Amino acid sequence: MSNAVNILKKPFIATVISVILGFLVSLFVLSAAGYDPFKSMAVMISSIFSRPKFITNVIIKSTPLILTGLSAAFAFRTGLFNIGAEGQYIIATVVSTLVGLVFNFHPVVQIPLVIISGVIAGALLGGFTGFLKAKFGIHEVITSIMLNWIALYTCNYAANLEAFHKPESNGTYPINKSGISMLLYDWKFSEQGRAFLKDNSLLNDIILKTDLNLNFLIAVAMAIIIWIIVYKTKIGFEMRAVGFNHHAAMNAGIRVNRNIVYSMLIAGALSGLAGALTISGTSNNAIQVLSVFENNGFNGLAVALIARSSAIGCIFAGLIFSGLIYAGQSLQFKIGVPSEIINIMIGVVVFFVALTKMFPAIVEKFFMRRSENVK
Amino acid sequence: MKKSATFLLTLLIILILSGFTLMMMPIFRGCTGEDDEGSGFSVAMVTDTGGVNDQSFNTSSWQGLSGFAKRTGSRASYVESKQSSDYFSNIDRLADENTNLIWGIGYSLADVVQWAAKTNPELNYAIVDYSYGDDTPENVTGVVFRAEESAFLVGYIAGKTTKTGKIGFVGGIKGIVIDQFEYGFRAGADYAAREQGRPIKVVVQYAESFSDAAKGKAIALKMLSNGCDIVFHAAGGVGVGVIEAAKEKNCYAIGVDMDQAYLAPKNVLTSALKNAGRAVDLVCTELFEGNKIGGKTLSFGIKENCVGIPESNPNLDPKVYISAMKIQDEISEGKIIPPYNEQEYEKFRVNDINQ
Repeated sequence: MSNAVNILKKPFIATVISVILGFLVSLFVLSAAGYDPFKSMAVMISSIFSRPKFITNVIIKSTPLILTGLSAAFAFRTGLFNIGAEGQYIIATVVSTLVGLVFNFHPVVQIPLVIISGVIAGALLGGFTGFLKAKFGIHEVITSIMLNWIALYTCNYAANLEAFHKPESNGTYPINKSGISMLLYDWKFSEQGRAFLKDNSLLNDIILKTDLNLNFLIAVAMAIIIWIIVYKTKIGFEMRAVGFNHHAAMNAGIRVNRNIVYSMLIAGALSGLAGALTISGTSNNAIQVLSVFENNGFNGLAVALIARSSAIGCIFAGLIFSGLIYAGQSLQFKIGVPSEIINIMIGVVVFFVALTKMFPAIVEKFFMRRSENVK
Repeated sequence: MKKSATFLLTLLIILILSGFTLMMMPIFRGCTGEDDEGSGFSVAMVTDTGGVNDQSFNTSSWQGLSGFAKRTGSRASYVESKQSSDYFSNIDRLADENTNLIWGIGYSLADVVQWAAKTNPELNYAIVDYSYGDDTPENVTGVVFRAEESAFLVGYIAGKTTKTGKIGFVGGIKGIVIDQFEYGFRAGADYAAREQGRPIKVVVQYAESFSDAAKGKAIALKMLSNGCDIVFHAAGGVGVGVIEAAKEKNCYAIGVDMDQAYLAPKNVLTSALKNAGRAVDLVCTELFEGNKIGGKTLSFGIKENCVGIPESNPNLDPKVYISAMKIQDEISEGKIIPPYNEQEYEKFRVNDINQ
């Protein structure tokens, strides 16, 4: 039976159990709120898996969550709490949009330009947080919460700039077409593209009805790169050492302050990449006046928690998260369940993930009692 | 030994899970079957990022939609957009469900509604607060409001009520919708001025925001200390600050969109209502009765009972209310046509002087 305990100690199994428990609790919440829980579950499952379009949408919407999740997970690994992912994401969308509007090169130059400018913006904001911590010892949570608001209002200012503001809307114009990275963007809206897609319902579903793009592959690649940086490079080792115990790291000759700045730079760049890819690869391709945070960064924190700060785990956690959000909107539309129930579900999952150490303890106790009885 | 036990346990978990799923399959399938009760007619809306409980446009539209569904036995549903990137997938989601009429609430959804209408020519779409003008697709109905009519009314009321002869207008961000309020209000005040034979000055300032309540309060306080005694706002969340300023200075504010008297019962003179829900209901009913509604922009005003002022205005002089009701009738009959932008306003003034 100690095997069972060992299995439960495995992060992957424990996380899966937490997710299942989260679902079970939400079933109770649903029935308590007066909705048929099985019907709700069925709607959720069918609204994710029943059409290729749904699956594609979930994957597309998971991309920013995976990247902001990676950002938070990377910061966790190095002993930092990057609650500024939200602000880094926003500032990246702003810079990417402005760059995408001002310049108009060939797509081969334009798309990387738009994306990299966003990444740099996010990295600078993250790096600034790290600099404040390294140089003046100001805690990164405080500065990055402030910077989140600065980013939000910068976004609102930029969205209302006369040169870029689209009349009769609350945002800017979409970025120039050359910077849009959706696949077959021009073709799918053209006459022959539409005619071709009409006869092919599968492609029609995937290409025309979604913002098909390659962002997910970039996110997966980033997850692998981050894993390599954290575990296979000298700098990753140093950062982890700082995260475990910065006094010990300093005694071992590791430059703690430099590592804090680097770590926040990378975390900021990841959040920035999430924002930049959103601008370049999903419809609207523009920033809007934000009255509240859109939660891309804050959800990233939850993704990192579910993934238990594992870079590869972020891919799956991001997918689960975006699936829940996407299915939640269907649930709202089909049965009238308020979207808050989905937030409860996500909250419960995160709660159980935080409690995963509890499972082996429970089994151990249960098992030990039984063996005592046998004696 | 240890390894095989691990393996067995994993296998067991997988078996239980898949067994559970298999067992549930028929139930899942049985449940997802469409339960088409009632008339089989269905309407749905996509909110903007304000969500369905924004106490303004989305709330009002949803009330209209669900009221329509209850009355006719149709099915009404909504999807909230959490982010602006959700607009696209949410509008598209409704297209799969054989919805008879799909609503986009607010001009933020204008682009995606137009796109969806092009890709699904067999479905009907409608959008609140936006007009595609001559480019309106055959299956899209634009719904706009003649907000200048209610603004004219409150302008008239303010002109009749003011003691100092100076009234203020706080706008959000300049644009077609807010222009309706500004010039309607100005014209209403002019009308009252001519009736009373005294000049009334309208001070106008924009907050360049729809959410910055502190700025609204600062602007309104400045207006009130410069001799205005009534301020009207058409600025969303900014207006909360405007009303607060009126409360502080013990002057009057005029609310917008909904009856905002609850914000300051003693200091809200009246409100310029804009009842999106009623318009939504009316358009749904048209389609339900089999009329063609696409390809045009419908405009709703006092005549359709979609804009106006609340019935009970405890702070308002009953005499002023009665004469305002007369003006309302005249607007409804088309005798007075309030201006909706600067050009029309200039024309209105010229006519006014000639009369």
